[in-house]
Amino acid sequence: MRPASLLAAPGLAVAMLLVSAPGAFAFITPEAGGSPNANSIDTLYKLVLYIAAVVFVVVEGALGYACWKFSAKRNKVATQTHGHTGLEIGWTLGAVAIVIILAVATLLKLGSIRNPPNSGAEAAASTTSVSGALYAETERKLPPNKKALEIEVIGRQYIWQYVYPGGAKNGLGAPYSYEQMVVPTHTTVLLKAVSMDVVHSWWIPELGGKIQVVPGYANYTWFKIEKPGLYRGQCANICGQGHARMIASVRAVPPAQYEEWIAKRTQEISEANVEAATQRSKLEAGSGTGRVLNP
Amino acid sequence: MATYVAPVPQIAAHKVDRESRGWTSWITTTDHKKIGIMYLVTTFVFFILGGTEALLMRLQLGAPENTLINPQTYNELFTMHGTTMIFLFVVPVWAGFANYFLPLMIGARDMAFPRMNALSYWLLLAGGIVFYASIFWTPPSAGWVSYPPLSSIAFSPSGGQDAWIYLIHLTGLSSILGAVNFYATIANMRARGMSWGRLPLFVWTVLVYSILIIFAMPVIAGAVTLLLTDRHFGTHFYDPTQGGSQMLWQNMFWFFGHPEVYIMILPGFGMVSEILPVFAKKPVFGYKAIATSSVTIAFLAFLVWAHHMFTAPIPLVVLAFVMMSSYLIAVPTGVKIFNWIGTLWSGSIEYSTALLFCVGFIAIFLIGGISGVFLAVFPVDWQLNESYFVVAHIHFVLMGGAVFTVFAAVYYWFPKMTGRLMSETLGKLSFWLMFWGFLFTFLIQHVIGLDGMPRRVYEYPNVGNLALYNLISTIGAFILALGILVTIINAARSVKVGAIAGPDPWKANTLEWFTTSPPAVNNFDEIPVIRSVEPMKDFRREIERRTGQRIEQVPVPAGSGEAAASSL
Repeated sequence: MRPASLLAAPGLAVAMLLVSAPGAFAFITPEAGGSPNANSIDTLYKLVLYIAAVVFVVVEGALGYACWKFSAKRNKVATQTHGHTGLEIGWTLGAVAIVIILAVATLLKLGSIRNPPNSGAEAAASTTSVSGALYAETERKLPPNKKALEIEVIGRQYIWQYVYPGGAKNGLGAPYSYEQMVVPTHTTVLLKAVSMDVVHSWWIPELGGKIQVVPGYANYTWFKIEKPGLYRGQCANICGQGHARMIASVRAVPPAQYEEWIAKRTQEISEANVEAATQRSKLEAGSGTGRVLNP
Repeated sequence: MATYVAPVPQIAAHKVDRESRGWTSWITTTDHKKIGIMYLVTTFVFFILGGTEALLMRLQLGAPENTLINPQTYNELFTMHGTTMIFLFVVPVWAGFANYFLPLMIGARDMAFPRMNALSYWLLLAGGIVFYASIFWTPPSAGWVSYPPLSSIAFSPSGGQDAWIYLIHLTGLSSILGAVNFYATIANMRARGMSWGRLPLFVWTVLVYSILIIFAMPVIAGAVTLLLTDRHFGTHFYDPTQGGSQMLWQNMFWFFGHPEVYIMILPGFGMVSEILPVFAKKPVFGYKAIATSSVTIAFLAFLVWAHHMFTAPIPLVVLAFVMMSSYLIAVPTGVKIFNWIGTLWSGSIEYSTALLFCVGFIAIFLIGGISGVFLAVFPVDWQLNESYFVVAHIHFVLMGGAVFTVFAAVYYWFPKMTGRLMSETLGKLSFWLMFWGFLFTFLIQHVIGLDGMPRRVYEYPNVGNLALYNLISTIGAFILALGILVTIINAARSVKVGAIAGPDPWKANTLEWFTTSPPAVNNFDEIPVIRSVEPMKDFRREIERRTGQRIEQVPVPAGSGEAAASSL
């Protein structure tokens, strides 16, 4: 094969892949489908993809054509040109126009990605009012009716911990879980992510973009799941030897089932705390084994 | 003007003492050409080391849940790989080429500060040795971005992290001294008549490379100094529990880190702008636009750093601003690509290996530029950031981008440096292996990232098509490595047995071809007056006008040049 056709081949292959079937798009688009923000990102991504595909085909096409048409074999004498001001101004403005289209599209789509919607009518009863606009929390977005389930995500080497609302007024005794987060469907869930040690990154692809979890800062995101199911992800920022195994999952269950689960969880933790207190007093009295039940 | 009255332009370089030889001549040299060759040999050794690390990682990722390499070693491998390729290969390899060719291209006899030039090289070598010495103890493992607190003494107690800090200091100092030298040389030592509008485009990009280094490198030097004092002298610059800030590191690192991207790619742009006109046999399309876009890129390069931090806790207004500036920087980059295609258009393209690497670069770099636009859309970046999509993107711009132009430069300038031509057959074989190997390795990595695989993981579960995709990538990496090996063999063989090149084997345009191959110590006996951006074309035309004959080569008087070439 000729060099030029060898060059054009991968371009053609990708171009064919782009236009062949809707199935091909799943292959080259981000994961989505769990939450409206993930779906909006997917839409925005596809818009960029369409524009990119056109630019790709046109520019690689022009390059491939020039390489084929103007090879020394086909074109013995080169035309001595130094440039073309009109053409050059034209393609500079063309590039600027594409950039403006992308910027406008991004800003139009931004609201549905950043701003959480209200929970559905069938949302979990434990959805509470959340207060907004604490200072230094300007990036924390609330749904219009200010009602959501707020879960704290705590990153540490190499496990995710989730703290659910509940427990005593002093913040102690709140139900929590590790690795797997359980949430009710039809409910807007706000996440506040903090780190206990190094930088981590929270990412469940089907539920939206990732947020970096930086020690000393809080970072925020949200999701709202309609379909019960298991959504998987893992830490996306290198955090040490165990980084690849710092996995996370979100299990979405119907609201009633969530209420049951959270009540049972609260119960277990409170029992374990009582057990621990008993063990501790025994230990202090010099008669215990020091065994603490790990909830 | 009036003093230059050579009857016919001719290449003559013999009014000097015999060149000193032997190993002491290398360690004591201040000759820009010898320093340039030492730079190139050293950086290619590091390129092979960094490449080997990459192949080990691809071996580990060739199968899901592989246990070939343990997590600690894997983390060390990607830290060494990234650091090596950036600080010990791509940045200094351009310093190597610029050292050798910048004075030749502007008609100077050496760099402005020859001894400082030697210091630049020895600092680079010292940085590389300090860094690689850590493999005998514990190498660093916090990634080439070394985010604290992971890189702090609490989480990375080994001296490997300190070796990394010293590497940044030493290579950074080396780069700054080199950059000052390039700038001073370009500003003061150009041949008569070489105005800014007649500066070769490679020299334009070296100028911009130097300015970027002078502004960006001190920032990373400061950042790693704070990390060093945090680690060993009890300060808390990055420690949030003591009022420090992790985001301070991110901001300083990327304020350096993004200009660094252009430091690595701009001389490559310059290289393509030099090589395309030679083999398309027509002038570069839009000289002014190409030169201007380099300067525009340099300015914008300092306004886009936070696009590496889109998922970090930063305010919306910053996200929106950086998205806009990142879009903007795509415009001058796109303009360059259009101008290169314009240069090829209606030319008479001779498919030399150097030209193939340039065209392959444009084809690949376009994809890297397009994936960069995806990453600039910050809500989309929230999905793509820290995934294999970013790994694919960085390799499309750095490996298929910068490294392909480095290979183009090797094939284009090897005859000038050694006096011998490289084998075109092996060269083309190497190009096609590298081109297809590259696409196999990295195209599929976009998909791996979109499927949710984060970067810097030593293993992945066997879900979906991840196993197949990663296997494809691993096989591609070995094809790519084979292509690189062919060029190494080609170079090693051609130094000894390559055909004699003569002063100007490509009928090129710029002044480095107006001397013998390799050039004598003083480069030129007579430095000609420059009348356009393509002085060699002017000389040929001048000879044709005076002698009335059509010529292929600017003549070399007996006894001046070939002796040096045949003695090599």
